[in-house]
Amino acid sequence: MTVTEFTPFASSLGGALIGVAAVMLMTLNGRIAGISGIVGRLLPPYAGADPVGAACIVLGLIASPLLYQAATGAPVVQTVSDQGGLMAVAGLLVGFGTATGGGCTSGHGVCGIARLSPRSVVATVTFMATGFATVGLMRHVIGG
Amino acid sequence: MRHAVNFLVGLIFGLGLLISGMANPAKVQNFLDLAGSFDPSLIFVMASALAVTFVGYRLVLRRERPVLAERFYLPSASIIDGRLILGAAMFGVGWGLSGFCPGPAIVSLPLLANGTLIFVPAMLAGIGVARLRMQGKASRADPVAQAE
Repeated sequence: MTVTEFTPFASSLGGALIGVAAVMLMTLNGRIAGISGIVGRLLPPYAGADPVGAACIVLGLIASPLLYQAATGAPVVQTVSDQGGLMAVAGLLVGFGTATGGGCTSGHGVCGIARLSPRSVVATVTFMATGFATVGLMRHVIGG
Repeated sequence: MRHAVNFLVGLIFGLGLLISGMANPAKVQNFLDLAGSFDPSLIFVMASALAVTFVGYRLVLRRERPVLAERFYLPSASIIDGRLILGAAMFGVGWGLSGFCPGPAIVSLPLLANGTLIFVPAMLAGIGVARLRMQGKASRADPVAQAE
């Protein structure tokens, strides 16, 4: 595993930007900044889902690392697993789970809790719990 | 104008994920590794994002409507059921396995890591399958809703 540095300042600043983006989207376009829902709107059926609007948000997300690298002159540091089977299963679970549970870290964890939605609190506690359990099992029981 | 706002929101949201470290799956997995290389940074991401959104929503949702749209599109579901819990539980497992949730996975696309290029299509497939399944259930329960 890769050891990462504790970054309270950068993480708080980044979190605040996520909040600013969420408030901006609600103020101007009246929508929740839940990324799983936004990605879902790219897929049919489109009844009232504003797929073009969703595509613009996704394009902004995709452009962000290019802007980040241009502005800082440094590459984005990330360590992504190279295990194809594991990433395929994880992707399926994340897609299926967020679509079934109606949200992800941003939709439930940030926007939903900010609205004090009981559903979002329950969802966030649940995915946090299974997230902790999964990494715990993977690293300390199965070994990794 | 509305679409320029959408693009800008995606851009700011993505920069937030990058600056906070959430776009690095290793950092996310270390946050989830309480018994090992625990990195508490993500608590700061969540707390800060929540604080801004909580206050911002309080102010904005007093308005009758958003600036550029007809109405606020707020989720109407309020029932806590097995579907919500099962879905969230499955999402958490996938999140732990990969260190990716949907936002960071999309942001990582242009960085072209092999794992990302496998994860994102699988995620889209997962969303598609879940939708087909829910649609099938809805049409069996209420054939009229399907016609809409």
